[in-house]
Amino acid sequence: MKSYGDLEVLRGVDFDVAPGSIFALLGSNGAGKTTVVKILSTLLRADGGTAVVNGFDVVTQATNVRESISLTGQFAAVDEILTGRENLVLIAKLRHLDEPGRIADDQLARFSLTDAGGRRVATYSGGMRRRLDIAMSLIGSPPVVFLDEPTTGLDPQARLEVWQSVRELARGGTTVLLATQYLDEAEQLAERIAILHEGRILVNGTLAELRALMPPAKVEYVEKQPSLEDVFLALVGRRAGAEAAPTDTAAAPVATDK
Amino acid sequence: MNSYFLSDTNALLGRSLRHILRSPDTIITTAITPIVMLLMFVYVFGGAIDSGGVRYVNYLLPGILLITVASGVAYTALRLFTDVSGGIFERFQSMPIARSAVLWGHVLTSLIANLISLVLVVLVALAIGFRSGAGILAWLGVLGILVLFTLALTWLAVIPGLTAKSPDSAGAFAYPLLFLPFVSSAFVPTDGMPGPVSWFAEHQPVTSIVDTVRHLYAEQPVGSDLWIALAWCVGLLVVAWALAVRTYHRKLA
Repeated sequence: MKSYGDLEVLRGVDFDVAPGSIFALLGSNGAGKTTVVKILSTLLRADGGTAVVNGFDVVTQATNVRESISLTGQFAAVDEILTGRENLVLIAKLRHLDEPGRIADDQLARFSLTDAGGRRVATYSGGMRRRLDIAMSLIGSPPVVFLDEPTTGLDPQARLEVWQSVRELARGGTTVLLATQYLDEAEQLAERIAILHEGRILVNGTLAELRALMPPAKVEYVEKQPSLEDVFLALVGRRAGAEAAPTDTAAAPVATDK
Repeated sequence: MNSYFLSDTNALLGRSLRHILRSPDTIITTAITPIVMLLMFVYVFGGAIDSGGVRYVNYLLPGILLITVASGVAYTALRLFTDVSGGIFERFQSMPIARSAVLWGHVLTSLIANLISLVLVVLVALAIGFRSGAGILAWLGVLGILVLFTLALTWLAVIPGLTAKSPDSAGAFAYPLLFLPFVSSAFVPTDGMPGPVSWFAEHQPVTSIVDTVRHLYAEQPVGSDLWIALAWCVGLLVVAWALAVRTYHRKLA
């Protein structure tokens, strides 16, 4: 439960996320997704109810929770004035890890940012910024990752890259809570989806279970047209990837080294 | 406060110092306004001001130093505001770090940046004829008071840095601070001011701090001014720190 003054933002939010799975919290703007994420990442205190992350209570064991999680917020939380590498070193230091420099270099390589690592983040494209943001989040391999609208404002290419790294994460055993307003994003990535509306979870289940809520499928004949995304990616995709590779806005999928 | 306080503060201090290193204009801008005022008052108004037989630049410098600090701390508010609005503040908060380190990194950066600006202003003052026979102890005394004053104003700057809605309002709190020296003994002796103004000037913090620094530079006994100045600085520091920490905890709740 969470309210701001008289405004109740969250009223009935109850869900479990299986370890190592991707769980999508799907809802429109203002549904309360960010509030849920903030409560779970100890940034906000709920007015009622309990929340447990990685076995730790978010209120009474906040420090343990912070050691277990990483948060990637709606806007890439990177330091514009520092270089990409310096951003990563800073986070490694703040996570109290040994050899922050080596960790930073590993992350740069993993997210195809090695060439850009020495440049100030202010010069990065939106997609590179987001990759750096996620690279920073994954330092120290926290078992639980919160992604709050990780692809908002990204072009289709960068979006696919982020999706790819989210899948890699889950494959590696990380538990991912994905808050998103994009239906296709939830459909593509999540094993379970909860639909949050006006601070309440309306349904919670696998995609198949959610589909079963609707009347049975009926057969219609529809001409199969390529979607705009197909066209866009066919035209821009490969070519942009080939051209951009040296300048490192590459379309190369991130985290391919696993 | 947890065991990582020092290492976290150190990491975050390194970060903000890099910011300053990469935009030295913040230090130069901080120093330029007071330097221009110094030149204006010494070469334009100074001839018409009776500073009681003391060379006017010697009379003026202490006040100019306080103005330097007052304009310098606005950048602390601005840097903090940028962190909060850019989301990196939340990133730090969601990590297992000593939470107060986020503020201390900025506060210590402010101290270092302001000390550099102060050195620049003193160098210009020396170039235009400021002279002091003060010994090392008196200089250390001046340094100590300025450090306390900077810390007090910096903690004050933390509050708008955390709560402001726009970068402009984050920096705006510094304007009143810039005017306080004008209604003090910083530019002209207070005896010439009309009764109530003179009373205000005599009883506001700037006058006692300016007088203390002035006496230290002039190798005169500081008398009770020193204790009043220290009381103001420490009092302001404690109140500003307490309010800033409270604002910070509210923001986290």
